[in-house]
Amino acid sequence: MKVMEKYKEMAFWPKMFINFILILAIFLLITVLSNVGIISNYYQGIMLSICINVILVVSLNITTGFLGQLTLGHAGFMAVGAYSGAFLSKNLMGTLPDPLIFLLAIIVGGVVAMAFGVIVGVPTLRLKGDYLAIITLAFGEVIKNILLNLNIVGGASGYIGIPRYTNFLWAYWLAVITVVLSIALINSRHGRAIVSIREDEIASEASGIDTKKFKILAFVFAAFFAGVAGCLYAHYMGILEPKTFKFDKSIEILVMVVLGGMGNIKGSIISAIVLTVLPQLLVSVSGYRMLLYALALIIMMLFKYDPTLVKLINNIKNRFKKVRG
Amino acid sequence: MMNVLEVKDLGINFGGLRAVDHFNLTIEQGELYGLIGPNGAGKTTVFNMLTGVYAPSDGQIMLQGKTLNNLSCHKIAQLGIARTFQNIRLFKDLSVIDNVKIGLHERYNYSLVSSLLKTKKYFLMEQQMEKEALDLLEVFRLHTYAHIKACNLPYGKQRELEIARALATHPKLLLLDEPAAGMNPQETEELMEVIKNVRKKFNISILLIEHDMKLVMGICEKITVLNYGSVLLCGTPDEVVNDPRVIKAYLGD
Repeated sequence: MKVMEKYKEMAFWPKMFINFILILAIFLLITVLSNVGIISNYYQGIMLSICINVILVVSLNITTGFLGQLTLGHAGFMAVGAYSGAFLSKNLMGTLPDPLIFLLAIIVGGVVAMAFGVIVGVPTLRLKGDYLAIITLAFGEVIKNILLNLNIVGGASGYIGIPRYTNFLWAYWLAVITVVLSIALINSRHGRAIVSIREDEIASEASGIDTKKFKILAFVFAAFFAGVAGCLYAHYMGILEPKTFKFDKSIEILVMVVLGGMGNIKGSIISAIVLTVLPQLLVSVSGYRMLLYALALIIMMLFKYDPTLVKLINNIKNRFKKVRG
Repeated sequence: MMNVLEVKDLGINFGGLRAVDHFNLTIEQGELYGLIGPNGAGKTTVFNMLTGVYAPSDGQIMLQGKTLNNLSCHKIAQLGIARTFQNIRLFKDLSVIDNVKIGLHERYNYSLVSSLLKTKKYFLMEQQMEKEALDLLEVFRLHTYAHIKACNLPYGKQRELEIARALATHPKLLLLDEPAAGMNPQETEELMEVIKNVRKKFNISILLIEHDMKLVMGICEKITVLNYGSVLLCGTPDEVVNDPRVIKAYLGD
């Protein structure tokens, strides 16, 4: 049977190996093209942003899409990770080899964000829906305001002089790790427990699942990767400003999640790519940029499940299958 | 014979309302027990107290000698009381087999690290889980539907899937809240067979709430009648059906 195969170790690893080769090939292609100069610095920057956004969107999808809890404070976790990672690497700069410092900064950024995930999550995850959304929104704003007044990390004038360690290698592979771990989580008993909470919390409890524990697990998992993404961002820009992590940023990530599809990791990756590239493409029409962006979003949402479009996509899929086998 | 469930003087207040009062119940190993009563008598409230959804105001609930008061829902489920719901609560967007696997969650305990790194243990456990889930579905002849979404099952099958999911937690006592609600006579007939088979095959006790008297009288060995939150009568189906107080409670004077 097809699904029995899914859990056979023998069938699993060769498939993963092929996936790995594909992922590696894409990486090498982009690296080579960048080094030769076919991909300009500008596009390299966009690709870096894509990787960071993929991490943010996939991780937010764990809480919003799979756990089914609307959280609006993802930028808050990102900020916590960014500042803590940057603080560490700025103070350690020169004492250790650069990659080691960066790795340490990423881990610390993630872990600190995770700790905040626990602090915020334990008391608030009793709430649901709108209430949780408002609390997490407040959390994001509180973090921003604390950072504005925290002189040790620059306060309102920004945290400057962060070593710019982030390059495509780091961003790409961290995005890959995030996606792989997220998929692994979802396809396990832990992931099933998380999804069951979204589907019906009462039935989930009645089936013997400790819903509080799994809510926190999902929340903390997402917070960790938001922290990692923040850390990548900090070491990419070299400067951090609290206002980057405004409410708008959380919404921006949420829009990507919603567009890609709640509980759909592939969709998250695609929408992270599309919605990172789209604003850049619209630079040429500067004045109408936000207008067109909003319009594009509305059109995409309207037609995502349009029967003719779904049919068209299925046709293409089937043709593709025929060609392959 | 050991008692699976013992409930002593159970009561609950909702504000000033005494919803259930001095409720007593004893279920023996392997017994099929019915809980009936007019609408609003407090039957589902009793279920909710047994499964930890509501905390009883007074009284004691004991499962095989273990006190269950003040334990959370999932703890009680893990200790061995499983239930179905009056209005079906399936994980609608998940496949039929995943619904059962969520019930098996506590049985196959591998760590988060195993999940994330896909260790040998993960594959071993998932494979065993898959097998047990399919076996369980086969009992209800649901295995051919294993990979369709639960919400696409016909109504009667959804009810059975809910029972299958409850059984996946390996309960000692199964609570069925109006399992025949909304079923046609033929489906009810089938359900009676299923319930009998389940008890035999899994060697468990069953407590069910039901309005369909044919079903209750047909399969229950003992019945408790609840009216206005307190026990009106407790006895065999024959005793209950011939008691004037029961008729009065249902039909009035």
